[in-house]
Amino acid sequence: MTKREKKDLARIIASAALLIAVNLIPIDGWVKFALYLVPYLIVGFEVLKKSAVNIAHGQIFDENFLMAVATIGAFAIGEYNEACFVMIFYEVGELFEHVAVGRSRKSIAALMDIRPDTANLERGGEIEEVDPDEVEVGSVIVVRPGERVPIDGEIIEGETSLDTVALTGEAVPRSAKAGDAIISGCVNLTATVRVRTTKEAGESTVAKILELVENSADNKAKSEDFITRFAKFYTPVVVIGAVLLAIVPSLFDGQWTKWIHQALTFLVISCPCALVLSVPLSFFGGIGGASKNGILIKGSNYLEALAKTSAAVFDKTGTLTKGEFAVQSVKPVGISERELLELAAYAELDSSHPIAESIRDAFGGKIDRERVTEWKNEAGRGVTAVIDGARVLCGNEKLLRESGIDVQKTGGTGVHIAKDGEYLGSIVISDSLKPGARDALEALGRGGVKTIMLTGDHKSAAEEIAAKVGIDEYHAELLPQDKVSKIEEIIGKYGSVGKVLFCGDGINDAPVLARADIGVAMGAMGSDAAIEASDVVLIDDKLEKLAKALEISRKTNRIVTENIVFALAVKAVVLALGLFGAATMWEAVFADVGVLVLCILNAMRCLRFK
Amino acid sequence: MKKAYKIDIDCANCASKVEAAVNKLEGVKKCTVSFMTGKLTLETDADDQTEIMKEVIRTAKKIEPDCEITAK
Repeated sequence: MTKREKKDLARIIASAALLIAVNLIPIDGWVKFALYLVPYLIVGFEVLKKSAVNIAHGQIFDENFLMAVATIGAFAIGEYNEACFVMIFYEVGELFEHVAVGRSRKSIAALMDIRPDTANLERGGEIEEVDPDEVEVGSVIVVRPGERVPIDGEIIEGETSLDTVALTGEAVPRSAKAGDAIISGCVNLTATVRVRTTKEAGESTVAKILELVENSADNKAKSEDFITRFAKFYTPVVVIGAVLLAIVPSLFDGQWTKWIHQALTFLVISCPCALVLSVPLSFFGGIGGASKNGILIKGSNYLEALAKTSAAVFDKTGTLTKGEFAVQSVKPVGISERELLELAAYAELDSSHPIAESIRDAFGGKIDRERVTEWKNEAGRGVTAVIDGARVLCGNEKLLRESGIDVQKTGGTGVHIAKDGEYLGSIVISDSLKPGARDALEALGRGGVKTIMLTGDHKSAAEEIAAKVGIDEYHAELLPQDKVSKIEEIIGKYGSVGKVLFCGDGINDAPVLARADIGVAMGAMGSDAAIEASDVVLIDDKLEKLAKALEISRKTNRIVTENIVFALAVKAVVLALGLFGAATMWEAVFADVGVLVLCILNAMRCLRFK
Repeated sequence: MKKAYKIDIDCANCASKVEAAVNKLEGVKKCTVSFMTGKLTLETDADDQTEIMKEVIRTAKKIEPDCEITAK
């Protein structure tokens, strides 16, 4: 509790104690009135003062004014105890609100306390502790065990393991050695490393993430706007209702005290605070809970929209698959598998294409350069080489057909090999699925989300991955611009039922990310392009996090709905009871503060996502 | 020009009232007040917000005399 909250609490306790004491004194008349005024003013003076100031400013319908009128009214009709009690309870509610908001702010702040204040800069052989903002790109910094990495960079010396839990929610440490990229915000666990910085502190991952989370509160959700607009009408309507209730029946039966008393009940519950607070508090908590899991959501509006996802569209390479090619099968014709692989590896010895790399990896043996006398890259088709004096073709169907060689069809991406005009077989290369991709898509499917894959790859390769990952629908051989028109087509089809989400690696699908209702970028560790272009960022590469994000979104939305429905229902019931004189100010203030407390407690559940 | 300020305000409803009022001011493109983060973001046509901030503070004080707006 802050100092101010403690003071408020002291005032509430003092006032409550005095109220009890005053009740025990058997007196009447003006002395009684004066005595009751003491606890009332102790707890309510601030409220009275504020409402006076606000009226001077032309702000009539604020909660201070309502409480002031309700309690002064109660005093006027001789309900001293009621007046004091209502004021005390109102203050209890306010205090609770402050403490709760402070709590959730603090827990978010702790979550975001991942930016170190200093960097150990190496300068002329000495290590100096400096502000990370002063470190220039290309400088060398030292990160000791137990320290947080201040700036993105590349390890130039040392081998360690990194704790990325603050960024990704992943508890298993990641190992990193010289040559590996190192991301700011991670904690260095085991050994000292020297790092050459690749970015400025302000451009580093940790700064980007903090900025994003801080700005997320600016994008308000629809239900937030709804409740704000509702509050604008609700309060004046209830107050007018109260005035009518006080005057109209009294004109008929002349029982002014009775009807005014009932009307005051209206005023007590006309404050929309519980509602107006609980909605943003829930979203704030949901966004915080998501970031704890390595899911960054750029606004309450996206957190709200995620739950309404009707179709999730995925890019193939790098999103559903690892983006690393590997030899899947070797289909030799007339020679052994090993011989075919060897021949291909020799032919591809100098190619930097990922497919060539995967063939060399699969061969694994040493390559004797002397045996290759001629080598030529045939752009977009493959390579030709002279190995041991024989002319070898190694590439796609087209390359071999051009030389009049017949090839056998393969599934996936096939590399065909021929030697001196004779077809020797093919090697099928495929990208492997990301671990967990299948489970993640299954989880989405269970939630009623249609899954769709878009890829620029061949139909056969797409078909294979689609079957393996269990996707509902796929579209292959799309050029980048086709992807945008495809997503528009999908939005046309599924947009009426809900939101269309696109999930990509964020590198070359920025237009698609922007076009989709919700753009989700994956593996944003170190890529600011992805952070810029998307609405939701999954910091590590894991697709499970997408399913998790939807789950968090659904839970947050459920809590928001619960709060709205519950608060409105209670207010409606108390209003109805008050109308017939069945509810007094006691019940009204109980209901009002009770709703506030319950809504806040409910909203704070959003923070606790595991 | 978009800039963020710190706003110390007491209740969520007041924050939304301040937001609505500031958005009505001339020269303000967009204003958001987040009660949860205690932040007021002001987007204006003009690059210099010193003048308009005076107006913003006056408007906010009118709605909630207790609130404090300071540069971040």
